[in-house]
Amino acid sequence: MEDIGARILAGDHQVQYGQNQRTKIKALVVDDNMINQALHRTLLRNLGIENHVVGNGREAVDVHCSGRRFDLILMDLDMPVMNGIEATKKLRAMGIQSTIAGVSSRSVDENIQEFWEAGLDDYQQKPLNFPKLVSILQKVNHSV
Amino acid sequence: MLGLGADRLRADMNRLLALLFHQGVLDEQFLQLQQLQDESSPNFVSEVVNIYFHESEKLLRNLRGLLMEKEFADYKKMGIHLNQFMGSSSSIGAKRVRNVCVAFRAASEQTNRAGCLRALELLEHEYCYLKNKLHELFQIEQQRALAAGVRYPMQN
Repeated sequence: MEDIGARILAGDHQVQYGQNQRTKIKALVVDDNMINQALHRTLLRNLGIENHVVGNGREAVDVHCSGRRFDLILMDLDMPVMNGIEATKKLRAMGIQSTIAGVSSRSVDENIQEFWEAGLDDYQQKPLNFPKLVSILQKVNHSV
Repeated sequence: MLGLGADRLRADMNRLLALLFHQGVLDEQFLQLQQLQDESSPNFVSEVVNIYFHESEKLLRNLRGLLMEKEFADYKKMGIHLNQFMGSSSSIGAKRVRNVCVAFRAASEQTNRAGCLRALELLEHEYCYLKNKLHELFQIEQQRALAAGVRYPMQN
């Protein structure tokens, strides 16, 4: 089986992560910052991953209430209306089993324990880049 | 001749980028942005950077507005603006601006108004320098693309 992660880490940014799967991976970007939205959206698109963007935790919950499902959720921590911790707790309480990766500017040394305990599968410090995204994708269980 | 013009402009771009990296103005995250630019999004870097300029100027106005208030005490709001500014700056590789935001946030957490004012002056200075240099970079890139574009049709 092709090691897509190794190709990306070697600098091959034209790899389409979705092409070797029967159906494309779907991702949800949850971030209030427009620059991070653009960055995460483009990182995912360049890997062939279909993606949707929302601006806070409340919108992330609402999009799931409307029936949509995602393989991967990139969840920012500090957001207005509803932050990443509350949104993650709510999604898990709703039975959402998608891979949720916390993506925040806080380092792993700072107190992100509460974020983990809300139900994360992974955590990466911003800014996100290809190697960090590949590391997250290796945890995705493509069953949605 | 036109080909030489494009090559010379590319060399100018690389020299400017090297200077900005050497000065610590930019870090490797800026290279990550460049790697995301391709045929499907040929202006990705300038588009993202323009969003950054727009957002940053709004944040700088907000920060100055807060500190100029006679009875200013909302350090929590200041912290929120600074977190936004830090996050955006990290995402485009604006290392020096981000570092000034860190110092500014420390002054804010100590409710040190004088320290915050000094940090704001420095932040405005660093941001201005970054903006000027990135505009210069994009101008050279536009000229290079024009020079290269004029050359290629003649080769067909």
